[in-house]
Formats: sequence, structure tokens, C-alpha cells
Amino acid sequence: MTFKALFAASATAALLLALPANAAELTVGFSQIGSESGWRAAETSVSKQEATKRKVNLKIADAQQKQENQIKAIRSFIAQNVDAIFLAPVVSTGWDAVLKEAKEAKIPVVLLDRDIDPSGKDLYLTAVTSDSVHEGEVAGDWLAKTVGEKACNIVELQGTVGASVAANRKKGFDTAIAKHANLKIVRSQTGDFTRAKGKEVMESFIKAEGGGKNICAVYAHNDDMMVGAIQAMKEAGLKPGKDILTVSIDAVPDIFKAMVAGEANATVELTPNMAGPAFDAVAAFKEKGTVPPKWIQTESRLLTATDNPQNEYDSKKGLGY
Amino acid sequence: MTMLLPRRGLAQILALIVILAADRVVSPQFFDLRLQDGRLFGSLIDVLNRGTPVALLSLGMVLVIATRGIDLSVGAVMAICGAIAASLADTHSLPVVLAAALGAGLVCGLWNGFLVAVLGMQPIVATLILMVAGRGIAQLITEGRIVTFTSPDLVWLGTGAILGVPVPIVIALGMLILTGAVVRGSALGLLIEATGGNARASELAGVGTRAMILAVYVWCGVCAALAGVIAAADIMGADANNAGLWLELDAILAVVIGGTSLFGGRFSLVLAVLGALIIQTMNTGILLSGYPPEFNLLVKAVVVLAVLLLQSPKLSGFAGIMARLRRAKP
Repeated sequence: MTFKALFAASATAALLLALPANAAELTVGFSQIGSESGWRAAETSVSKQEATKRKVNLKIADAQQKQENQIKAIRSFIAQNVDAIFLAPVVSTGWDAVLKEAKEAKIPVVLLDRDIDPSGKDLYLTAVTSDSVHEGEVAGDWLAKTVGEKACNIVELQGTVGASVAANRKKGFDTAIAKHANLKIVRSQTGDFTRAKGKEVMESFIKAEGGGKNICAVYAHNDDMMVGAIQAMKEAGLKPGKDILTVSIDAVPDIFKAMVAGEANATVELTPNMAGPAFDAVAAFKEKGTVPPKWIQTESRLLTATDNPQNEYDSKKGLGY
Repeated sequence: MTMLLPRRGLAQILALIVILAADRVVSPQFFDLRLQDGRLFGSLIDVLNRGTPVALLSLGMVLVIATRGIDLSVGAVMAICGAIAASLADTHSLPVVLAAALGAGLVCGLWNGFLVAVLGMQPIVATLILMVAGRGIAQLITEGRIVTFTSPDLVWLGTGAILGVPVPIVIALGMLILTGAVVRGSALGLLIEATGGNARASELAGVGTRAMILAVYVWCGVCAALAGVIAAADIMGADANNAGLWLELDAILAVVIGGTSLFGGRFSLVLAVLGALIIQTMNTGILLSGYPPEFNLLVKAVVVLAVLLLQSPKLSGFAGIMARLRRAKP
């Protein structure tokens, strides 16, 4: 990824030299966390696409998961006098000093995907993030609607213990199904957001629940665990998507592959397009002085087998997931 | 064969039986077995199947530890070799894929062995280098994404069965027999133990300690490569960020539970594998129990502590003193 980022940076630099200086309307510096997951890689690719679409000159700095690299990148963006800075903060604290420098230089900062410590609220223009509690609710509502009145035992594959995303996705789902007495979570265990653990935990769920006969649906906090769980169900002679309903979150390409095969039912998208709304907010702020709300919530789309999963797969597979 | 299973295995066997009994209590169907699509199916099979990667790692690790070394890089080597196997699986035949992955493991082992045996680095530092860099190498191979494949040959390695027994279990058993035959069927095991017991004295007595150390790290790398291939085959994909993550610690734990001292000089292959099974029996039991996941690590820590206390020479000495005191009282 570093090579890619370097390549992209040098390509951008070459482009800059080749073009007259006034060709790009806006120059935006983006301090990206690094290659921590496939989603992160997709976010970077989509940010580039959105920038090209809007003729924005986007400079991406890969921080390799280190806050000090992000601070360095922001300082260098300030020195280059960019029009706006995007920041995907690796941690939530310790940003006050560098964000004050940006504020003094009158460069608006937009947070992408993650929020920072509340003490710094006046130091940034807006935060574009998804609402992970809402994602859980969308998943729960879909299941409640699909199951209807019949009793349904749910098993849950949680994300990493202690991760705020996992806690929020659990909370949202719990709230959604609390309204329906026929829906009940019978087992809940962590699968660490990984395929291997998702498979192992699902294997144990199947054994503990009468060979899977007592399970009506699986809810996984991310698609990767669900891909593992689908394999476990198939190896146990069950038909995922038919015998056992599946709903998970993220919308990575491989879950659409499973959907095409009829082995997965629904996923809730965590959109990798955080930069698009951010570009729009910055453009409106620069041109008309419109101050955006402090939080721009991205849409949590529900995608099922009726939403042309093959098409979704094709459009997402090249993004770096 | 008597050297393979010495009397000191009693504590481990006892621990395994107790944990199996506990599993039976939390999950009444624990010992149920049936055939599913020509493959044995049940919690016991899960224990053996899921325990395979750590069992394979512990086979290499126990030899390294016997020379008074340690290999922290096995988890990262798993990730590298899994990534290589997954990237080649759909375009090359199984022998080529296996040769490339195992070859990479061998090179990783050679690198570790070179740092320790030739350059004389401390094993913990030398292998730490590959532990950190190795995951980066794996991420470069997969470009940070999960590389999936559909090659039925490689998938069979992870999920197929021979006479109903899942292939990973057969591979692990085969490796145990092979390793046992090589190190205990010859003087090799003794020479490894001599190297770990006192490298200087062994050197003077004519043991090629450098070659011994190099060989055990290479073998450890090959075992890790095999574990990595199986882990990738199991999920039909290579996940460079998570494959083998922290498994080096489980492998060391398995060796220690198996009664092999970190100070080297003595080892048991069978007990190291038994240690890996004890860890997995516990993990599967925790998953079956239905306790909230927040308790997973706590339960694991308590059980490991109990197993290690069971083996502690000081503690059995202490128990002996107490018994004598009680007898001395009128």
C-alpha cells in the first residue's frame, strides 16, 4: 500500500507540474490512517475517484497507523497552504495543538470516518462518519421484517471485545429486536472481526444448538465473520441463506458473491465514500460560506439479494477491499 | 518410543481429561460424533481440527526451545506462506503451490537460524525482527486485502477428509510421526538436547551446535508454513492482517504446558502437541459454554495457571512437606 501511495503521490506531483497552476479548483490534503483493513484501502480509492470527479487536486499521506505521522502530514499540508485538510484520525485524542495551527492558517479540517475528543469540537469544520448504532438497527429491522411473527433464535458473532464499533452494532441490533418478542439472541460470542474466528465460533454455535436446527438467523458485526460462518454452515450440511438467515454489516465484495450464490441474505453498507460528502461540504463552505452541521451522517444502505448483488460485486471488487 | 512419552506426561493427560470432562458438563453433546458429507462431525473433531495450526507450530517450537532458543516469528511466517499459497492457488498446481509456500517457510527459518547460529544474536531479538517484518511482507503480497481462491485442491487441504478424518488432522499426525522418527529414531534429538543443555560443552565434545540450531529454526519455519497453508485453505483465503496473529504465544504456551523447560536441554514432542490440544479443548469449551466473550481470556488464564501449577516442582515439593508435617503431628 505504501508503494501505491508513494506512486499516487508522485503521479499527482507529476500531474501538477504538467498542468497550469489554475487547472485544479481546490487542493485538499488527506491524512489517511494506513492500510489497516480492506475497507480502508477502498476508502482511499473512492476518495481518489470522488476527487477526480470534482476536479479536486487530492494529496494523500499514508500515516502507517501512527499519530505522529498524521501530525507531520497535517503540518506539511499547512505549509503547502492547501484549501482544506481531511483527517481520518487513528486515535481520538491529542489533536488540539496541530488543529489549532490549521485554524490559525484558516484551513478548514474535515474528519472522515472517525470522530475525535469532544474538547476539540470547535477546531474542525465537520465530521463525516457513519452511525454504527444505526447500522445495527437497520440489520435488526430487516430481520424482524423478514421473519414476521414466527419465533426466531438468533446467534450473534460479535466484533473484537472492547471495540466501540462492536459495542455500537450490538446495541443498535438489540434495540431493533427488543420491539419483537419472537426474536431472541440465544448465543453471542466474539469472532474478532475475522473469517477464521467467525468460522470457528459458528462451528461451536451449530454444535451447541442441536446441529443448527435451533438456529433461525445469524447476525455478524461484519461481513468477513459471516463469510467464515457461511463456510461453517455449509460444512455442517446446512443451507445458509435458506435454513438459516444471514445478516451482517460492511458490504465487502465477497458477501455479494455469497449473495449471488444464494448463501447470504442481507448486508448493511458501511460506505467507503466518506470523501464525497466532505468535498461537497468544503466546496459549499469555500464558495458560499455555508457552515455545515458538526456531523454529517453517511447513509447505511441495506442491500439484499434483490439489489443486484452481482452488480455490487463488480463495482466494489476493484476498490482494494 | 519410551522417550517420546515419559512419565512426566501424567500431569498433562490428567489436565486434558479434566478439561474434557468440564466441556462435557457445559455441552452435553460434546462427545457426539456423526458423519457429514463423508467427514466426521462433532465437537471433538473441532478440537482436533482447530488445534492443528498450534499443534504444527508447537512441533517446530519445541525443538527450538530445546536448544534454549525461541521463535517469535511463526505467526508472521504463517501469514507469509498462507499469502503465497493463496496468490498462487488458482493459477498453479497443488505441488507448485505447496513447494512455494513451504520453500518460503524454509527461507524464513534459515534467516532466523542464520541470525541466531551464525551471527550469535539472542533468539528473542533475532526472531522479533521477522515477527514484525513478516506481517508487513505478507501484507505486501496480499496488498492489504483478503486474497481468496477457489482451487479445489488447496481447499481440500483445509476442509477435505481422508477416511472421514479431516485432512489437517492427518497432516498434523503425519508431521508428529515424521518429526518423532527423525529426532528420536536417530541421535539427533540427543544432540539437540545437548546443544540446549550446554552449548559450549557440546561444541567441545564435537557436537555441531551451529548446524543443530540452524536445523531447528529451519524445521520451525517449515512447520509454520504448513500451518499457514492449512489456515488459508480452511477459510479459502489469505488474511495477512489476522492469519496466525498471536499464535506464536499459543505455540510457546503449548510447549510449556507440555513440560518442556524454556531453558532447553530436554523436550517432548508428544507432550507439546498434547499441550496444543489442551489449549484448544479449553477454547472450544469456552465457545460452547455460552459465557459472554468478556470472560474468554480470563477463563483461559485461570486454566493455564492451574495446569502449570500442577507441574510445578516447587509446589509438589511444598505439598510433600505439608504431608510430612501432618504425619509428624501426633
